Amino acid sequence: MSVEIKMATLEPVRHTFTQIAKRFGDKPASRYQEATYDIQAVTNFHYKPSWDPQHNLNDASRTAIQMADWYVLKDPRQFYYATYVASRARMQDNAENNYSFFEKRQLAERLSDEVKNKLIRLLVPLRHVEHTANLNNIYGVSVGFGTALTQALVYEGMDRLGIAQYLSRIGLILDGNTGTALEQAKQAWMEDSTWQRMRALCEELLVQKDWFEVLIAQDLVMDTLTADLYYRQFDCWLADQQAHDVTMLLEFMQEWQKDRDRWLDSTLKLVASESDSNRQQLLQWANHWSGKVAEALAPIAMELIDGDALSRSMDALATRLNKLGIK
Amino acid sequence: MAAKKLNMKDKYKMLTRDLDWEFSYQDRKEAFPYEEYEGIKITDWSKWEDPFRLTMDAYWKYQAEKEKKLYAIFDAFAQNNGHLNISDPRYVNALKVFLGGVTPVEYQAYQGFAHVGRQFGGVGARVACQMQSIDELRHVQTQIHAMSHYNKFFDGLHNWNGMQDKVWYMSVPTSFFHDARSSGPFEFLLAISFSFEYVLTNLLFVPFMSGAAYNGDMATVTFGFSSQSDEARHMTLGLEVIKFLLEQHEDNVPIVQKWVDKWFWRGTRVLGIVSMMMDYMLPNKVMSWREAWEIYFEQAGGALFKDLARYGIKPPKYVDIATAQMDHMSHQTWWNFYNFGEAAGFHTWIPSDKELDWLSEKYPQTFDKYYRPRWELAKKMEAEGKRFYSKGLPQLCNTCQVAMINTEVDDPTMLVYRSTEYKGEKYHFCSDGCHDIFVDEPEKFVQSWLPVHQILQGNCGGADLETVMREYYGMDVGVDNLDMKGSPDELRWKEWKSA
Amino acid sequence: MNKVYIALQDNDVSRYIVEAIEADNPDVKVQYQPAMIRIENDLQLTIKRETVEEKIGRDWDVQELHLSLITLGGNVDEDEDAFTLSWNQ
Repeated sequence: MSVEIKMATLEPVRHTFTQIAKRFGDKPASRYQEATYDIQAVTNFHYKPSWDPQHNLNDASRTAIQMADWYVLKDPRQFYYATYVASRARMQDNAENNYSFFEKRQLAERLSDEVKNKLIRLLVPLRHVEHTANLNNIYGVSVGFGTALTQALVYEGMDRLGIAQYLSRIGLILDGNTGTALEQAKQAWMEDSTWQRMRALCEELLVQKDWFEVLIAQDLVMDTLTADLYYRQFDCWLADQQAHDVTMLLEFMQEWQKDRDRWLDSTLKLVASESDSNRQQLLQWANHWSGKVAEALAPIAMELIDGDALSRSMDALATRLNKLGIK
Repeated sequence: MAAKKLNMKDKYKMLTRDLDWEFSYQDRKEAFPYEEYEGIKITDWSKWEDPFRLTMDAYWKYQAEKEKKLYAIFDAFAQNNGHLNISDPRYVNALKVFLGGVTPVEYQAYQGFAHVGRQFGGVGARVACQMQSIDELRHVQTQIHAMSHYNKFFDGLHNWNGMQDKVWYMSVPTSFFHDARSSGPFEFLLAISFSFEYVLTNLLFVPFMSGAAYNGDMATVTFGFSSQSDEARHMTLGLEVIKFLLEQHEDNVPIVQKWVDKWFWRGTRVLGIVSMMMDYMLPNKVMSWREAWEIYFEQAGGALFKDLARYGIKPPKYVDIATAQMDHMSHQTWWNFYNFGEAAGFHTWIPSDKELDWLSEKYPQTFDKYYRPRWELAKKMEAEGKRFYSKGLPQLCNTCQVAMINTEVDDPTMLVYRSTEYKGEKYHFCSDGCHDIFVDEPEKFVQSWLPVHQILQGNCGGADLETVMREYYGMDVGVDNLDMKGSPDELRWKEWKSA
Repeated sequence: MNKVYIALQDNDVSRYIVEAIEADNPDVKVQYQPAMIRIENDLQLTIKRETVEEKIGRDWDVQELHLSLITLGGNVDEDEDAFTLSWNQ
């Protein structure tokens, strides 16, 4: 008897927070829900930002994209901080094994000079592009709207820093930790004509104001093209050159791309289907930036693979845009 | 060829610091446009010293390990109805204040550090700020998850996010962070990383969390100390920032000093609510607020300011007044909430006799003389069935937005009233510190969204306070507010304990 | 005299770290408070990787300190061999 009474009196008074119950009903909520929905303040901002007096501190009007409710942009991975770091800790553990294996077995010594040169001149400089992507995603965190989206952007921003660091480690593996490969790669980034349009484009992205446009230019257009070029086509090229070992070092980026695209595709589909004006705006940005990115990548793709490589990547982008409803 | 072993510093430099480059195609100032307007002079970002050289792989690894431990405790806590193990149900009210007051400002820190983590021109400082940004999001989320179980069994936690930007006393921490976030990037960093994190947050996170442990709250002490493990990195960022600014250019010294003065004072005003949590809301006591102030401000801060003296930085203005006020602050703050307990989203109560004795012992100069008699009177009235509530809401300081309860240092029976006129309007302040801050930046502080004024002007959805509380604040009136005695929280606790 | 301090969570790993601190900094003052251990010293305090490894009996990365750290006061200098807190005077 007494056991039953104890059970009855220990019934919860409510199952979740009020704002969560408003959206999903008063039933036990997931940790993702409680840590995401409606936690960003929406009203009564005391002072206008001195760095942007036209807007409030939290302000949805900093982009041309309009959403009736920014919280529809649920992350299908349901990442909150703890699940995000758990996922990346597992991925980095694999990567660490791969990198250590590669170093310990001195697999770099088995690479031909052609492959080594290509890695240093054409792959390692990509770390500066990743650094740009880091800044562009963090920009979205700082001025974007709604925790559902901004938390996914901070995870991505930190991921991009991580990828920039992995690419740098490839340089260090190739130069025996002397840093000479990183210096050569930086010199290529700064001076080599192959890289100059890409560098100019990265600098241009960093002066854009509309954070959602930056997201389209960087995460959608630039990343679709570079991922296809590097992590698919270049990966095949390496295999053809008997340089499979290097692909171990790219596994993290490949796995990451898949994980990230699950979120990005879901988000962009929702934004495009929200309204015709959103769809048109996304299309206009996608067209504008795909022209620019293609131009910037053309010389790189040519040297990295061949003269047709870029058009194959452009096909991949067209297919993706179509799938997302950005048409 | 065996690879050369890289030391931590060189490795971090190559993996992180070398990622940036000199621009050739755009004006770098367009990409990092906010670095100059505050008057701070940065001559060489490469002189930035990274306090901790965490690369992302190490970050993911260690943070995931922390989270794994933390969430194992949350699960165990919920599965075993850990809320039944706390010392006293009154304790949960401290958690209500924490979730309502602290969690939203952690969110603002997440946003603010993302902003400076994008806007600083130096990659070392940027990356440190970005890591802090994502850490702050961690703190928001772990706090919500720790409180999630309490919310199922206690009132007053359920609408913390709906209340953060509306409730009268929440405007104290909210406006503090709005002030920092609306400032330029260097002032933000000085405000939050240095004055708040380095000088003041230990006062909340260390003794209060130790108190949570002492009151049987396993979930809170675990997230508290787990957050603090990030905080140690954040504090160090704060110290590196101030040293960096002072070393970059002598013209930065007076600007930094002004910010140290401003943000120290802003910070001490925000801490009023923490002082009351320590002295009145922890049923089992670890140390008094006064003692915490001595250890974490006077000793630790004293050492810090001696260290900074070589740059020409002086201890903050009004530090003597703040220290003198520490003998009064918790008593005035708790008394204020006891008075306005009808309009608070948590329960208030008269301290027990044992607690009154403890306060007398800890505050020998002030408690018996000024505060104990009030509680003895309140006790008498309560015994006669006349628990009183002040009607309406108190007047708020135009700068810190704390109720005007602060008293003169040389006469603790006199409330401090300072005022100034600006463009034909009169503005009121709780202290000289708040007066000076307003006078220095009047265009900013005339924008203050003062909750009590806003209610009176009809901007909060109703003319009477109860409608405002119910409709605009989203409080469960009659349940979330009023005295602990007779509250549903108390009744349920008794049921659980008698079952 | 200016004091540097560090506080660690009261857990098993911290016990070895505290032992190492006591071995390398003989004058430290160690206080046990609910759930935490607070250690302070005049002007400087060093945690050496080698000593912690000796006490704990396995490899120990200085950055692992972050798993147990609660707070600190003093200028930080961290490298692969040691973690040092100091004031200049």
